[in-house]
Amino acid sequence: MKRRSLPVMVSLAAASALALTACGQAGQGGGSGDGPIELTMWTHSAGNPAELEVYEKIITEFNASQDEYKIVEESFPQGAYNDAITAAAAADDLPCLLDMDGPIMPNWAWAGYLQPLDLPESITDELLPTAVGTYEGEIYSAGYWDAALSIFARKSVLDANGVRIPTIDEPWTLGEFDAALATLQSAGYATPLDIGAEDAGEWWSYAYSPILQSFGGDEIDRDTFLTAEGALNGPEAVDAFTWFQDAFKKGWASNSGTIGNQEFVDDQVALSYTGVWNALASIEAVGDDLLILPPPDFGNGPKIGGGSWQWGISSNCSEEQTEGARQYLEFSFQDEYIAEFADKQIVIPATAGAEDLSEHFGEGGDLQPFVELSQKFAVPRPETPAYPVISSTFEKAAKDIMNGAEVKSTLDGAVKEIDANIESNDGYGF
Amino acid sequence: MALTTTRPEVRPAGRDHESGERRLRRRRKLWSYLAMSGIGVFFLFPLVFMFVSSLKPSGQILSDSGSLNAFLPVGDISLDNYFGVFERVPVAQFLINSVFVTVVTVALGLLVNSMAGFALSRLEWRGRGLLLSVVIAALIVPFETIAVPMVYWVSKLPTLVFEGGLLKYDFGWLNSYQVQIIPFVAHAFSIFLFTQYFSTIPKSLDEAARIDGAGWFTIYRRIIVPLSGPAFATVAILTFLPAWNQYLWPLMVVQQEELRPVMVGMQYFFQLNPAWGEVMAYTTLITLPVLIVFLSFQRAFVSSVAASGVKG
Repeated sequence: MKRRSLPVMVSLAAASALALTACGQAGQGGGSGDGPIELTMWTHSAGNPAELEVYEKIITEFNASQDEYKIVEESFPQGAYNDAITAAAAADDLPCLLDMDGPIMPNWAWAGYLQPLDLPESITDELLPTAVGTYEGEIYSAGYWDAALSIFARKSVLDANGVRIPTIDEPWTLGEFDAALATLQSAGYATPLDIGAEDAGEWWSYAYSPILQSFGGDEIDRDTFLTAEGALNGPEAVDAFTWFQDAFKKGWASNSGTIGNQEFVDDQVALSYTGVWNALASIEAVGDDLLILPPPDFGNGPKIGGGSWQWGISSNCSEEQTEGARQYLEFSFQDEYIAEFADKQIVIPATAGAEDLSEHFGEGGDLQPFVELSQKFAVPRPETPAYPVISSTFEKAAKDIMNGAEVKSTLDGAVKEIDANIESNDGYGF
Repeated sequence: MALTTTRPEVRPAGRDHESGERRLRRRRKLWSYLAMSGIGVFFLFPLVFMFVSSLKPSGQILSDSGSLNAFLPVGDISLDNYFGVFERVPVAQFLINSVFVTVVTVALGLLVNSMAGFALSRLEWRGRGLLLSVVIAALIVPFETIAVPMVYWVSKLPTLVFEGGLLKYDFGWLNSYQVQIIPFVAHAFSIFLFTQYFSTIPKSLDEAARIDGAGWFTIYRRIIVPLSGPAFATVAILTFLPAWNQYLWPLMVVQQEELRPVMVGMQYFFQLNPAWGEVMAYTTLITLPVLIVFLSFQRAFVSSVAASGVKG
């Protein structure tokens, strides 16, 4: 009897499995088509209650406004988000709606993760140009906001040291900026500029490629998107990175310190090269003494990195779901929501209507200068699927140069690496 | 007289010699204790820094970091960071998930790997040597290299779900507990360790048991398992730590927040400006279970490391 127990158990298990199989596959039959069509939506906002609050409001109101579709939101922490998307794509399990950082969009579109957005032009035409993601002539993503970098300073410090206060129409020239840094260093600021070099990742391309562009270089030749030759290692690029290296050599900037704007708030640095997201906290700490200044003009006008988090529709979305996803996005691009986003997240609203509704970014608002900075100086990062490689190669080269590497040969190496990647991917379709 | 005079001279000299040696031994002991305490304190520094910083605002953590104050509960001390953590992250849910996944992985891992080790070390069957070689070869394959294909496989595996009050079959293990447990139950190093350890137990015990009518499972359960405490303790610890620290895998296969483990929660604090105070409070909370487990099994762990020659 004992010896038979195992075969008996196996038979019972097999019979149970067959019985279960007879019950059918989940999600098929059983009249599940009565309710609204569910659309999964992924955001990178986990751990960011202010952002999630606005999303939850939009979703609740959209779900209540109709009974055909139901949005179900899942939030992921930002640092882990791209990995989660890549894994989901590998498993053919992408959500219908997903947000993405602007510069990664071309890569995801090229990889087949995304389908064209096809939102009405009445919506996309109203948005800041850098809040619309275009790849090969098609719009694949659109966002409610953009961010901008600027230079924070204290008026009292600049006045006391006889440093001219730059304006959007008359930013600091290279010579003026160098002189200001030298003066502020002599005035007792051991490191006058917090340039943010302690940070890592895409920040390096976002923050320092505009310096390169202002010198006249770029991360890639934007006419062809097939090579970085001449753009990243030309004479302008060499000048830009020589200045960058000198700034560290002379002690004007440092790669120690902490991520964020604390050193400026504590008056340990005179100038801080930082983003709109730190502006409100700095106003609270510094008050009316805070100046929001344009980046210097290194020769080709001030430049700011453009393109932030935007929304797209995945290629896994069925035709029926895609229709729902578009309806949701159209619903969500209301000035009221965009303004709420801007004020809660401290980011630049993407429409003029939202700007008017915004407490901070509207006419006379304390953060209004950022709108103008973004409109006048924003340059999108290269809209090519090669951008992830460009960004990581740029970061490595810039860090090597910061640490004393020979500028031209380091840039040549970076160009070689980027070009090899583009070539091995057959030009990424360009 | 001479005796009475010489004896006292000899005895104190001997006592002096002995007490001198004792003093020397005591001094050596004192120094070694001091050195060990110093090393102990050195290893405690990160934990002390973590706990003390969890009570300070982020700004103060940064300004204290250049001085000894980093290790002292001075300045603006409060539990605000802990409240902040509970507001930002569903800590309790993440802890429950991690405890469940870890405990089940360890329990199943001990059973499956020890049985595999038993089969490889005690049973005579064709292909045993080849299979052991394959197991050893599997040790050199880093998880990262097979992670993406594994995501694909688990997304296609059959599973059972309740739908409309009926148990039905479906495909895809994503977003489940089993996807966080099953792939990590069979573990090449644990199998190898059990195999090696079981090989040191005399086979005459098996033979005696078989003469008494015991089957293989009885030999495994009644003889091998009770004699292999150190191996089980070592494998338990070596399985516990990676299971608790899982980050990449759950990130790839678990999309629903209610199923995430604690390590993925760490990323919640790294927004544009990291919330360092909350990071420290969160790491304190998620380190506590590991410390409790380690302190509870410290004796078994140390003896198992000594017995098996495994260093973590």
